[in-house]
Amino acid sequence: MTASARATRTPSAGPRVSAGPQVSAGEFAIETRGLTKVFGRQKAVDGVDLAVPRGSVFGFLGPNGSGKTTTIRMLLGLASASSGDIRLLDGDMPNDARAVLPQVGALVEGPAIYPFLSGRANLQRFDAADRHTSPATRDKRVDAALERVGLSHAARKRAHAYSLGMKQRLGIANALLAPRDLLILDEPTNGLDPQGTREVRNLIRSLSDDGTTVFVSSHLLAEVEQMCTMIAIMSAGRLVAQGTLDELRAEGTAHVRVTTPDHADAHRVLTGLGLTPERHGRDDVLTAELSVPGLQPETVNAALVHADVRVRGFEASGASLEDRFVALTGEGFDVAG
Amino acid sequence: MPAESTEIRIRAGGLGLTLVLSEISVLFRRLRTWAMIGALALIPILIAVVVRVSSDESASGRGPAFLNSITQNGLFVSLTALTVAIPLFLPLTIGVVAGDTIAGEANLGTLRYLLVAPAGRIRLLLVKYAGAALFCFVATLTVVVTGAIIGALLFPIGPVTLLSGDTVGIPGYFVRLLLLALYVTVSLMGLSAIGLFISTLTTIPVGAMAATAALAAVSQILGALPQLEWLHPWLFTNYWLGFGDLLRQPIVWNSFADNALLQFGYIAVFGTLAYGRFSTKDILS
Repeated sequence: MTASARATRTPSAGPRVSAGPQVSAGEFAIETRGLTKVFGRQKAVDGVDLAVPRGSVFGFLGPNGSGKTTTIRMLLGLASASSGDIRLLDGDMPNDARAVLPQVGALVEGPAIYPFLSGRANLQRFDAADRHTSPATRDKRVDAALERVGLSHAARKRAHAYSLGMKQRLGIANALLAPRDLLILDEPTNGLDPQGTREVRNLIRSLSDDGTTVFVSSHLLAEVEQMCTMIAIMSAGRLVAQGTLDELRAEGTAHVRVTTPDHADAHRVLTGLGLTPERHGRDDVLTAELSVPGLQPETVNAALVHADVRVRGFEASGASLEDRFVALTGEGFDVAG
Repeated sequence: MPAESTEIRIRAGGLGLTLVLSEISVLFRRLRTWAMIGALALIPILIAVVVRVSSDESASGRGPAFLNSITQNGLFVSLTALTVAIPLFLPLTIGVVAGDTIAGEANLGTLRYLLVAPAGRIRLLLVKYAGAALFCFVATLTVVVTGAIIGALLFPIGPVTLLSGDTVGIPGYFVRLLLLALYVTVSLMGLSAIGLFISTLTTIPVGAMAATAALAAVSQILGALPQLEWLHPWLFTNYWLGFGDLLRQPIVWNSFADNALLQFGYIAVFGTLAYGRFSTKDILS
């Protein structure tokens, strides 16, 4: 498949990022070089060069099993890298973990709770683990975090009675116990209802407005598209794309969609231009990828008219991010092994 | 950093006591912990009640040490109960707590959040060990105190004749009992360290618990084999029942010191192993 062959050309020399105008070069909240994790004979993460500009809402996208969570575990010092370097905020991981991690809030591979403790007691426990947070303000901060994720009413309930969505909210609250410079949220909307998903989106937006860098992993493109300014795409352990949404869209190919009763003639014209038209659903609709370099949609339209094809509708569309995502990560339900 | 966050972040000194307090509170907010303490408390109660209701003298001379002294002096219930609890029940409960230390957190997934907080791996190990050690003391004290109470309720109490033949008053006896509790606590510290190490090897707490308790049994079996005499001084269970020296006048500290040294050796070895394992372990749970 040519599309995916083209897609895997992530340059190995340095991250390919065009940061927004507000970000000066080198100002990254997360920066990895050649990050690799080998389990046995399998490379779970393979030479990943991430560059997450400060202040961005960065989407970390990839199918299940593509190495997102393993990457996050290495970023946070939970797992050691087989090779490669990690810079998190102003320190090297894992060596500077003690200085860096208090500035980082994280939700890793779903929430984890002590089922026999209340939601509030759970958060107090995690807050106590950080010796840099003040015990004097602990209760206040815990309550504020619970309030922020809408769990105040269930704060005293034992956490084993929490629903999946409530546990997820508790996990997010844990990341918000203190003001953070960086939030790393692994699948934050897992288990949430549409309402909860929207709340999380708004929460992330407001945190970002406060200047927090938010790094969100997800396997759902739509979700990332709605929240993020930049994305990186993982596939089978490799980083296959990284950049702003527009950049990634531009890398895809545009489509033309022709509605005509003369589909045989139209097919011939499009083929003559070097395209490979496909007929969809209704017989009189043809679509084709504009895969010929330099070929503009208007040229296609002129060619159709010139050949006396009766065109009822003509539509040119930019590449959808979804096509791009599928092209990069492959289709189907198979989990990358 | 903005001014308001001075209230949130503090300069951390030393171990950071709040995590120790949090650990203790989590340990004692578990139903399981109280179930074990309750079961430990049942041992002296069971012994005292059985001795009280059966006036049968034919059993005299048999059964655990000090059993026959109970009818004359209720203060001996604690001693009898400790003797019964040390080989099996105490190591079992210690196995549960020590085996759960790291593996339990890993199993819940909370380990990753403690480490990301960041708790610090060495600090977390120390805190976990401190929690297990505290449980050893509470467990032992439970047996001793419950024994003293039920003994006083069901039997006459009075000055106690020690193993050396001397007699101490009730306050003096309680000082000895406290020393005894301390002795047994120290005895269990080596096992706790072993449990902590095993706990770093797995994410399945039940496995670590069982392995720890099983090791206590194995060590006692080896200790019972005369053919392995040379090995006995190195077994962590070797001095477990050697608290008799504390019941002499004056107190003979030899076995206390030997025991403490041996347990310290086990703490050093298995503490180092636990650190070696845990400090570089990939937390994938």
